[in-house]
Amino acid sequence: MIANWLLGRLNWDALPSEMITIGGAIMMVLSLLAIVAAITYFKRWKWLWREWITTTNHKRIGIMYIVVAVVMLLRGLADVLMLRAQQATSVGASNGIITSDTFQQVFSAHGTIMIFFVAMGLMFGIINLVLPQQLGARDVAFPFLNSVSFWLFAAGMVLINTSLVIGEFSAAGWLAYPPLSEAKFSPGVGVDYWIWSLQIAGIGSLMSGINFTTTILKLRTKGMNMMKMPLFAWSVFGSMVLVAFAFPILTATLSMLYLDRAFGMHFFTADGGGNAMMYVNLIWAWGHPEVYILVLPAFGMFSEIVSTFSRKRLFGYTSMVWAIWAIVFLSFTVWLHHFFTMGAGANVNAFFGIMTMLIAIPTGVKIFNWLFTMYKGRIWFTSPMIWFLGFVYLFTIGGVTGVLLAVPGIDFQVHNSLFLVAHFHNMIISGVVFGFFAGLTYWFPKIFGFSLHEGLGKLAAWLWIIGFMLAFWPLYILGFMGATRRLDHYDASLGWQPLFIVAGIGALVICAGVGVQLLQLGYSIWKRKELKDTTGDPWDARTLEWATTSPPPEYNFAVLPEVTSRDAFWEAKQHKTSLTSDKLEPVLVPKNSAAGPIISLGVFVAAFGFVWHIWWLVILMTLFAVAAVMWRTLSDDESERLIPVGELKELERLSKKEQAS
Amino acid sequence: MKQTRLRLLIALPFVFVALIIGLAVWYVAGHDVPVLQPRGEIGASEQRLMILALLMSTIVVIPVFVMTVVISWRYRQGNPKRKQYRPDWDSSKLYETIWWGIPILIIGVLCVVTWVSSHQLDPYRKLNPEAPQQKIQVVALDWKWLFIYPDKHIASVNELVIPTNQTISFDITSDTVMNSFWIPALGSQIYAMPGMSTALHLNATEPGTYYGSPANISGSGFASMTFKVRAVSPNEYDAWVLGTQNASRNLTMAAYDALAKPSKNNKVEYFAPVQDGLYDDIVMKYMLPADQPQSQSSDTSTKTDDNMNMNMDMHTPMEMDMTR
Repeated sequence: MIANWLLGRLNWDALPSEMITIGGAIMMVLSLLAIVAAITYFKRWKWLWREWITTTNHKRIGIMYIVVAVVMLLRGLADVLMLRAQQATSVGASNGIITSDTFQQVFSAHGTIMIFFVAMGLMFGIINLVLPQQLGARDVAFPFLNSVSFWLFAAGMVLINTSLVIGEFSAAGWLAYPPLSEAKFSPGVGVDYWIWSLQIAGIGSLMSGINFTTTILKLRTKGMNMMKMPLFAWSVFGSMVLVAFAFPILTATLSMLYLDRAFGMHFFTADGGGNAMMYVNLIWAWGHPEVYILVLPAFGMFSEIVSTFSRKRLFGYTSMVWAIWAIVFLSFTVWLHHFFTMGAGANVNAFFGIMTMLIAIPTGVKIFNWLFTMYKGRIWFTSPMIWFLGFVYLFTIGGVTGVLLAVPGIDFQVHNSLFLVAHFHNMIISGVVFGFFAGLTYWFPKIFGFSLHEGLGKLAAWLWIIGFMLAFWPLYILGFMGATRRLDHYDASLGWQPLFIVAGIGALVICAGVGVQLLQLGYSIWKRKELKDTTGDPWDARTLEWATTSPPPEYNFAVLPEVTSRDAFWEAKQHKTSLTSDKLEPVLVPKNSAAGPIISLGVFVAAFGFVWHIWWLVILMTLFAVAAVMWRTLSDDESERLIPVGELKELERLSKKEQAS
Repeated sequence: MKQTRLRLLIALPFVFVALIIGLAVWYVAGHDVPVLQPRGEIGASEQRLMILALLMSTIVVIPVFVMTVVISWRYRQGNPKRKQYRPDWDSSKLYETIWWGIPILIIGVLCVVTWVSSHQLDPYRKLNPEAPQQKIQVVALDWKWLFIYPDKHIASVNELVIPTNQTISFDITSDTVMNSFWIPALGSQIYAMPGMSTALHLNATEPGTYYGSPANISGSGFASMTFKVRAVSPNEYDAWVLGTQNASRNLTMAAYDALAKPSKNNKVEYFAPVQDGLYDDIVMKYMLPADQPQSQSSDTSTKTDDNMNMNMDMHTPMEMDMTR
């Protein structure tokens, strides 16, 4: 009784029992211990606290986002290897390497982690690193909120990984459709882990969306009106507006699902007047815009990259801006295409099919504009351009399969099949992931002061492109053969096995690509002296982030630049003019704050209480988090620090010296 | 020398892609690929629709693919035949009108195709209203499929036997979580949802044994929930019905409740006779207050098939077919 009150549903059974999960759990705990030991041995705790954990500087936060995302990418890949190994071996009499329950947890984790903690993490990371400098700003609009956003994202990540060690993860797929995700059919804690890690990370994303929207609207430097913004900033703007509109839907939907599960309510249950179809509608009303939330910034990165490496102004800037907003608007009018097969009438299905196809128009226009940016240019084929070429070919193929899926009559035959799985990986890998890798390579010297090794970067891109084709093209055929997603076992007579094996080999090639990327990172750090960016502008680029040193000082620009045109930095280089005056003024920078990580700690433990039904912990930690917010809000401490001119001069001299050495 | 090596390097990915496509075509030709080799009217229309949409997309895609490689090659830095370089050329009304215009035209045509085909291939549409139809009621369970032939008073588990060249009118529901009823060789899939009845009309034009798929994840026994579809000539079908009607196991509500308990890797089973209005009761039980015994409504049921259908229309407010 007391144990029940004290620990809720938590008991010794929560520890993993299957070999493969025990292995995963032990590995995770050991690597955590190793990290803690290393930090202690090198006496880095203070440094970590002062320079990273409590930072509110957008560049530091961006780097932390990317570190988390890369670690999660490795976990998501490990998941995929398990899935493909199971599907390549579990045929006929053989039952493969893992049980069906584990298999279902693994694919649910794979989807959730890749979207929420890899793609979103890389996106927010790169936006943090680049956007303020590109606008000629010293930081984001709300630096402290930015820290809270990141720490909520990190808390969600920790919670989803906790499920590996304590309890289990959801086995209901990455969107957890009810009734399967209801307490009646998934009584364990898995779905609750899923709900709460997304809930926490999602609220962080919502706050980031508001933060970046405000940054773009309010912090553009002098002379930069909206139509002089770089296209990356425009696409981030579109994406963040989508975040602000879409994420509240996710928060509400997850809350209702939790109320159903924990308190026996009937929002989405089959009985008691609930309606599961409502959940499916709501989750996709968030879920479809989510796709564009991810892909728009990737489009923006490609716009900057193509223009820079073609040494030419971006073609059709106005068209590009209109295309972004057409996509933003349309993305909210297509959600039903995810369930044409739910049985709505022909008029409804046809309407959503048509709206979906309309999105192909602005997307196609963007591709033509990129190609015409290259036309009559001087194209320098760096590794970001290899990612771009891979993107053009593969993403276009994904677009074609997308148009097929948009026709309800065709969708009826390939819905939920591996054709669909191949299609959305086609969009997300070659659209979003390639874009983010290109962007990371492109902006790496700006962030760290040295470039990534080009040869290894090109090799990695080729491995990803070839691995992608091997991993996903067989899935298109498998879909035509009637293979559906999420099968942990199938009959040998269906003839699917050879294609699953090829797909598994493709996954291995992609892993090799990731291996080369890690090697590239390590090698580049080792050779950082030779790869050093001494100019602040290694690519002969066009936008304001390249006008400052690499890496930029804490305040980005000692004197804020003033622009009169698009590609102002490029114009200034052409005309040998300067964007800034020499007149230094004191600069305000945000101070460190421990409140962000503390609030998130409270939220994390409260969420853990929600998962295990430990109600006293929920109440206590919610109060703790609220108190931390109040403390920060009501505190008299200044949240910003003034750098006087004398110190500023010294800092400028130092950072110029460091760059030149 | 360097030029040739570069050319070879550029050609390599294309050779690789050609190889993959060749292998894919070879694989498809040697295997049963039901979506591309349909055995029913609906599946055939959907396959034709797919090819039409694919061909229309290529009008945009082929130019993109060709332009990408040509532009990349010609305007690469260090091209000895130095092509024109116009760094400030950033807009052209003509070009932009072309690539807003052509996709709009193609998508416009595709929109018309979508509208028309959505109505033609609407799962609720009866293929041929005049011809006789075989009604089959489908229930997704944990983890097996129950097929009820209401006018024949028989039922089967995990095996669906249908007469060829006759419209099969499916009513589909679930007595557990959501699933999706899909026979790739015949065409369209539709969700099976508890407390709701969806409809699907298919036919088989060729006799044969086809794969039936549970296309939506439904829990731990999901992968074993496949079913076999046997399309047989009308004569064989009648013989099968007669034989099955001799099966000695009744499907009363009590027998159904036992069947509905979760089980994996189920064998094919037959039942006869089937209690009248069973499907109706399965759908309706989600509408009743939780404390009411589930089988109560069927105990008093004396419905014939015809007024059962009428009752269905009146009693299932959540039936999906509300748009017409």
